[in-house]
Amino acid sequence: MKKVLSLHHIFIFLGALVLLFILAPLLGIFLKTSPVSLFETAKETEVRDSIWLTIWTSMTGTLIFAIAAIPLSYLLVRKKFPLKKLITGIIDLPVVIPHSAAGIAILGFVSRDSLMGKIGSSVGLNFVGNPAGITIAMAFVSIPYLINAARDGFAGVPERLEKAALTLGASPTRVFFTISLPLAWRNIVSGLILMFARGMSEFGAVIMVAYHPMITPILIFERFGSFGLKYARPVSVLFILISLSVFILLRSLAKEKNVE
Amino acid sequence: MLKLDKISKNFPGFSLNAVSFNVEKGDYFMLLGESGAGKSMLLEVIAGLVQPDKGSVFLEGRDITHEKIQQRRIGLVFQDHAIFPHLSVMENIGYSLHGDKLNHKQKQEKVLSTAALLGIAELLHRRPSTLSGGELQRVALARTLIQQPLVLLLDEPLASLDTLLKADLRSMLRKIHRQGQTILHVTHDYEEALSLGNKIAVIDKGKIIQEGTPEEVFRFPKFEFVAHFVGVKNFFKVRLIKENEASYGLVEDKIRIRIETDEPAGKGCLILRGEDIFLSKEMMQSSALNNFSGRVTEIIPASNGVEVILDIGIRIHALITRESINTLDITEGSVLWIHFKATAVRFIKD
Repeated sequence: MKKVLSLHHIFIFLGALVLLFILAPLLGIFLKTSPVSLFETAKETEVRDSIWLTIWTSMTGTLIFAIAAIPLSYLLVRKKFPLKKLITGIIDLPVVIPHSAAGIAILGFVSRDSLMGKIGSSVGLNFVGNPAGITIAMAFVSIPYLINAARDGFAGVPERLEKAALTLGASPTRVFFTISLPLAWRNIVSGLILMFARGMSEFGAVIMVAYHPMITPILIFERFGSFGLKYARPVSVLFILISLSVFILLRSLAKEKNVE
Repeated sequence: MLKLDKISKNFPGFSLNAVSFNVEKGDYFMLLGESGAGKSMLLEVIAGLVQPDKGSVFLEGRDITHEKIQQRRIGLVFQDHAIFPHLSVMENIGYSLHGDKLNHKQKQEKVLSTAALLGIAELLHRRPSTLSGGELQRVALARTLIQQPLVLLLDEPLASLDTLLKADLRSMLRKIHRQGQTILHVTHDYEEALSLGNKIAVIDKGKIIQEGTPEEVFRFPKFEFVAHFVGVKNFFKVRLIKENEASYGLVEDKIRIRIETDEPAGKGCLILRGEDIFLSKEMMQSSALNNFSGRVTEIIPASNGVEVILDIGIRIHALITRESINTLDITEGSVLWIHFKATAVRFIKD
């Protein structure tokens, strides 16, 4: 007697549908884009500038905010303090609020008549329509990914190891840099990569703060709006390819560091 | 040298209650107690990892209660070793040399000589994940000893080792102690306490309940808890009464046990070792002044004979050989006579 479909088979079938759902559109866009058009697009200065701008603004935001975000993650894991739950909730806010609304909020925060804007102006820096503004908008929406990953990393470091280091005469600073940070490093690197990736793909928040200079997601939107799908496609494919290669590169670099 | 003065600390469902004791220079001090008695917590208080609610810790006369952990010069070896998994054995052992004014070569020599003392010189380039439990234990000891702590705190160092390794590490610890290292060692194993310590304190429910040399603690356990803990099974609270110049211990106001003691009448406790009791089928005349009849309720094989538990109105544990079990044909339910000398009974005044 043959068994009807087992639960296991049903799950495999459903899983395959999900995979197809992710891969089919990507495959479609690649198949519909000719290598020639891709090559032509890659030669355009506007495209190249925008991709480069997207990469470096996101990278800058990730690195600058990491300096404060990693210690915060450590505090959240190791210390007990009032309103900790509330703070944890606040950190997740950028993930749950609509990003265009977040963009409006950031715009209010950095525009010329705001306090931040005034401080910026005094040193000749205008956030609106400027890479600095783009960096802030990208960091705003992507920082929860870093904090949460780093928090998981620190939570996985046994507190006893830190205590042991303290009894061996190490100062809390040395304990953090020689024990906690290296042991949480794998998760922190994942968090950095996630934050960087999320920042690069941001559209809604950035467009409110800076339409120009144009990051690639906005460039894709503009080409689609002005010239249609056919013109938006090569830029999209190019951006996907570059994003993927950057992440593969970063991941493999991080792996090598861990093996060593 | 190391003095604890009325250390108290409250935790949910657990507390240390005015713990005081004094470890002299060169002592091998054993802190004996069951799991959950607060031993590890006490070590963390001494090391400075936990602040006590009340009380003070003194080291060489200096109050170190609020001193920074890294300035205390107290070495702590954790029960699970707490070896840094991302560092090599050499880096682990040399971790505390960071601030020392030694050049690279001097540091390396120091690591080597400490590793040699503990017999792990050949492990220096290994990763902790490739080491056995016994090896990790030695790395942890080396890592702590290299900083020449004034007091070495050991948290159940033998608990996770098998019998052979235990004997090895015991002799290693004796060697370290002989070299003048003051040691405070916590354990739940009384044999370990007996074989290593020159002083013992017994801790129960966050309180020190007895302190003394191993002889004092094991020969004259003051509390039922200590008695059970050190393996004395016949331990009774008694009222000592005097009749015609003879002393009797009255257990639960029903059983009269003849005791040889000079202590005046009053309350106290009575200890009788199982091996001092002999059993017979019939009442027999002997020099033993204590003779009772009772029924066997349990027969338990032990490592050094067989434990026979009899009910003579109170539960008595007798320890006899397997051979005697057979010759007397003892089974559960047998009715037997028990005999023991008045001089075998120890009375300790409250």
